Amino acid sequence: MMESFVVFFTIFVLALLLGHELISKIPPTLHTPLMSGANAISGITLVGAVLAAGSDQSTLALVAGFMAVVFATTNVVGGFLLTHRMLSKFRKK
Amino acid sequence: MRPGVVDLVYLVSATLFVFALKGMSHPRRAVRGNALGSIGMLLAVVVTLLDQRIVRYDVIAAGVALGTIAGLLLATQIRMTAVPQLVALFNGVGGGASALVAGSVVLAGAPTTLVSAGSAVSGLVGAVTLSGSLVAMLKLQGWLRVKSKVPVAHRIVLAGCATAAAVFTTRLVHGNEGAPASYAALLAVALALGLLLVLPIGGGDMPVVVAFLNACSGLAAAATGFVLMNQALTIAGSLVGASGLILTSIMCRAMNRPLASVLFGAVGRMPASPPDAGEAVVPAKTISPDEVAMLLESARRVVIVPGYGMAVAQAQHAVAELSRELERRGIRVAYAIHPVAGRMPGHMNVLLAEAEVSYDVMFEIDTVNPEMADTDIALVIGANDVVNPLARTDPECPIYGMPIVNVDQARTAIVAKRSLSPGFAGVANPLFNAPNTVMLFGDAKESMVAVAKALEQEH
Repeated sequence: MMESFVVFFTIFVLALLLGHELISKIPPTLHTPLMSGANAISGITLVGAVLAAGSDQSTLALVAGFMAVVFATTNVVGGFLLTHRMLSKFRKK
Repeated sequence: MRPGVVDLVYLVSATLFVFALKGMSHPRRAVRGNALGSIGMLLAVVVTLLDQRIVRYDVIAAGVALGTIAGLLLATQIRMTAVPQLVALFNGVGGGASALVAGSVVLAGAPTTLVSAGSAVSGLVGAVTLSGSLVAMLKLQGWLRVKSKVPVAHRIVLAGCATAAAVFTTRLVHGNEGAPASYAALLAVALALGLLLVLPIGGGDMPVVVAFLNACSGLAAAATGFVLMNQALTIAGSLVGASGLILTSIMCRAMNRPLASVLFGAVGRMPASPPDAGEAVVPAKTISPDEVAMLLESARRVVIVPGYGMAVAQAQHAVAELSRELERRGIRVAYAIHPVAGRMPGHMNVLLAEAEVSYDVMFEIDTVNPEMADTDIALVIGANDVVNPLARTDPECPIYGMPIVNVDQARTAIVAKRSLSPGFAGVANPLFNAPNTVMLFGDAKESMVAVAKALEQEH
């Protein structure tokens, strides 16, 4: 168990460093779409929500799972669409 | 499907997320990047649906349908000026979802101490993100107003909540007995914490708060990844967490304030000091839209500095129309955009882009400031603190050290504003009384329309 934690922790730290590299190069003009787009990506928790809602378990856990799916889907669908809507306005003459 | 295959698909998704963020490095590639990100998300969800543990497809389908409708309506129907509150709302529901997922794991019985610890982090960060973002959303929407002076007791309650959160986290990690109750208590305390944290924070500090909550929504997802031992969540969550943290630090630097001062500084803050009555203040010169048009007409280079006032008046289209009118006359127009102008990182850029202003005329202050001496007219629209020269000159002033747009160094500064009242920081602005500054009082949108009209009529 401890080993898999270390593996996960390694992934976590490396992803943070990669994120730092990527984001440092983004121009301020796109900071709002970046935030909105990154937020849509954080909706990846939908994967966990699907597992929670779909597993056979107590009613309370099911309700929590269902709400998580609603929240995360709103986040994902709304986030990607809003980002697209904003980005399509950024034009060069 | 075999677990190894699922993990490989998650790796593909994570790669697509990286491309999505990489695409944001240029407006030309960003739309495609965003599309790749959404494909990555779809892949991750579809492969998860094939998991053997899933038996209740009805629950999932109902939740996805409901969330899709909500997301679709919100993202397509809302006006562009409402983007800050919508981004705050999406941050909040993302964090809430992570806290709920961790909760379902606790209810099922967390197998190990490490998983319990992960759940505690996910619940704490997720719930703070949820309530904090909802408060931020209500404030940005203007539905919730709090006067900036908050009793000192607020800080004590905040500390109490933080202590309680630590206690419940320890109980959750140390015993499976009564874990769901501990988790529920932790959630309640975390919700209160988010509420209390964001409630006293004023409008001008919102860019920091929104960026910080953005980071939290990502970190909550990353913590949920530890709980479920799911790489997709950990990688994507960390990427978003890093992104939000960088934006937070950029915003803090742009205000020359540490994060802690923004988050806790509003408590017991002194009321804004009025300008020194003893000092002889030169009265501000006012100007009419017709005179502004005449000044602009004879300029060769104009720098426009938008602020939150432009967003409030929804003046971006009028401003864009005016700058097109100037460009038709061969006048060079540049936009100088301060990082904390508006209510979220990049707020002004989105509004101007919506008004069809080309992104290659929007500049950072470091680019514009060196050319300020060669600028005939700096046109400030609804901005105040970000053009206050005291930030450069007066060490006693609360915004001292904050980088500003040096409009006082332009040959003429025209400030379009409703009144002479101080900006968010409560500091009087000597720019308004400077010999080369003229004030155009009134609603930003009406003023800009009037100036553009006057320009047209001269031909």
